[in-house]
Amino acid sequence: MPLGLNRPQIALLGVNHNTAPVEMRERLSLSGSNVPALRLFAELPYCEEVVFLSTCNRVEILVSANRLDEVKKSIKELWLDKGKMDSNTLQGALYEYEGMSAIRHLFRVASSLDSMVVGEPQILGQLKDAYRMASEAKTASTVLNRLLHKAFSVAKRVRTETRIASHAVSISYAAVELAKKIFGDLAGKNGMLIGAGEMAELAAQHLIAGGADKLVVANRTLSRAVELSRSLGGSAISLEEVGEALVDADIVISSTGAPGTILSKDQVKRIMRPRRHRLLFFIDIAVPRDIDPKVNDIDNVYLYDIDDLKGVIEFNKAEREKEASKANRMVEAEVIKFMAWMESLNVVPVIQHLQKKAEAVRQKEISRSHKVLESLNDEQQKALDVLTRSIVQKILNDPIIYIKKGGQENNSEMILDTACRLFGIDGPEDTESQQDRGLSDDSTDRTVRKSS
Amino acid sequence: MHKFLFQITVFIYFISTIGFLVHIITLRKDAERIATIFLSVGFGVHTAAVLMRWFAGGHPPLVNLHDSLSFLAWAMVGFFLLFQWRCKLKSLGAFVIPFAMIIMTASSFQSKEILPLPPALKSIWLPIHAIICLFADAVFALAFCIAIMFLLQERQIKKKRLGAVFQRLPSLETLDAMNERCLTLGFPLLTLGIMTGSIWAEKAWGSYWSWDPKETWSLITWFIYAALFHQRLTVGWRGRKAAIMTIVGFAVLVFTFLGVSLLLSGAHSYATWLK
Repeated sequence: MPLGLNRPQIALLGVNHNTAPVEMRERLSLSGSNVPALRLFAELPYCEEVVFLSTCNRVEILVSANRLDEVKKSIKELWLDKGKMDSNTLQGALYEYEGMSAIRHLFRVASSLDSMVVGEPQILGQLKDAYRMASEAKTASTVLNRLLHKAFSVAKRVRTETRIASHAVSISYAAVELAKKIFGDLAGKNGMLIGAGEMAELAAQHLIAGGADKLVVANRTLSRAVELSRSLGGSAISLEEVGEALVDADIVISSTGAPGTILSKDQVKRIMRPRRHRLLFFIDIAVPRDIDPKVNDIDNVYLYDIDDLKGVIEFNKAEREKEASKANRMVEAEVIKFMAWMESLNVVPVIQHLQKKAEAVRQKEISRSHKVLESLNDEQQKALDVLTRSIVQKILNDPIIYIKKGGQENNSEMILDTACRLFGIDGPEDTESQQDRGLSDDSTDRTVRKSS
Repeated sequence: MHKFLFQITVFIYFISTIGFLVHIITLRKDAERIATIFLSVGFGVHTAAVLMRWFAGGHPPLVNLHDSLSFLAWAMVGFFLLFQWRCKLKSLGAFVIPFAMIIMTASSFQSKEILPLPPALKSIWLPIHAIICLFADAVFALAFCIAIMFLLQERQIKKKRLGAVFQRLPSLETLDAMNERCLTLGFPLLTLGIMTGSIWAEKAWGSYWSWDPKETWSLITWFIYAALFHQRLTVGWRGRKAAIMTIVGFAVLVFTFLGVSLLLSGAHSYATWLK
């Protein structure tokens, strides 16, 4: 059946962190080219709609076209040409999806199910940016507009209805999440950094973002402590003053390069009374450890070292995987819904054609009786026009409803086929030529012959 | 009629209990919302049941064990709803409401007959003393639930087992703060309860303190909570120790409430009145 040819089809081609090294992803992003990559792809022959997504972990191109094979071929040629690589390397890394699997992949990417860290939130924003660029350049219309909006709403549902993003999977973030489970609200809590390493700085930033109030930085070289405390908005002390300062601290992040422990159980025990037994949370991310593990045995003191935090993260990752399977089921349901809509797109040209043909028949029959009808006055002619129009509409009404409904079912091809045969339509791909013939005399005869 | 309302209350509390348990297991928010709605309705019916019993008997329904337990559960639910409305504590319902449900079940197995009031109890001090004491008991029951939650959560964090329990319970400091709030409400109530009891004893028996078993055990309970209260205020006792003390205090309180009444004989004993 030639009908299928006219249906817009969706394809997705790309590479991600699993299939291609970063160097290759950079090349495929075509960032070196003077012309924006999106424009290059949009100008390819037969390419009707295109969205181009390029992040540090993936390069993907989403197209909608009737002649999909040609478009895919020219996309690959463009990549080979502009990205300067040989076709075997590209073919080895590239994944190509069409139709249902392309939609599924896009929904999974949007919902962060295909990310390196499952559930990370950035990808949705990146996809939204890519879509905004496409709509500004007017390279996305009916099909991709709807597909992308659907992808965003699927991603939102996944985020709110599963707990895929609710488990921290980075050391510093996991530490802050733990602090929240001990202190509830971090507002009014005092942080302390012992050692001014990069990881400690990151964790401190998370603490401040979480609402922690004051921050004290202790370091062997005071100048570095001063520097860091200034950038984080806190105060600096020397390592010798740590013991005293602990009385006011609530969350302590330690990361010195000291060869042995710098805080013993006795030291911590001694400060518990002056601090009126307020809870104290130590995060020891130094290797070798800075704080005596026995500190954890003191009442109201909690000590997590780097391995403990890694354990937390492993556990959280497993939780995310569990949630991911729930999310996958949601994605699958949405893919099926979207496919139904795609199928229904088939129906539109058939219906349009049916209406055009009926109108042509009506006009031809009126013009045939031209001589008789001429004697009628204007009002009567108008009434006749309305009358014939509504007869045509009433007759077509039920078949059109049937076709519309059928377009969303599995056997839509067969229903459309039957409809075309019944009404003598050859298929929407030659709508124009059919229209011409529809106005000529032999058209109806031919149709009758054909369907009988 | 009041018996029928009581049974309705038990039934509604039962549905609410299931709702809170479903919520803590599945973390479904709608389960908690429905449970809270049922609980509020149940609380209204329960209030009506208590009032109708008061009018039916002509004296406050605080005399026998059925009434005391029912009133205790009523006060617990009331304080729970108040707390949840003022400062919501995650998963508290799954601990408090099953507990209240158990108390209601125990109450429903007791004799519900309204007996004529013994002449010694005919006094305005009966409702004052009994209501204050039962309010104190209810607040300490909540404190007990919160202490249990604290110990569970503390253990998870200390042992670094951050699984399902960890996710479902509130933060340590929130739990500890609630424990303190219960103590600062419950301790003055308990003190007031003992004082009003003493005044009533003077009016009824002519002596402020007669070392009746109930009085003795009340004093022991008071000392435990007083110690906890004092330590909290002066040296800042909190966390695990405070939670353990809260649980010990509540265990003694339960003995004062039930054990003394059922096992030892004295002026407060329900056992003697029921005979």
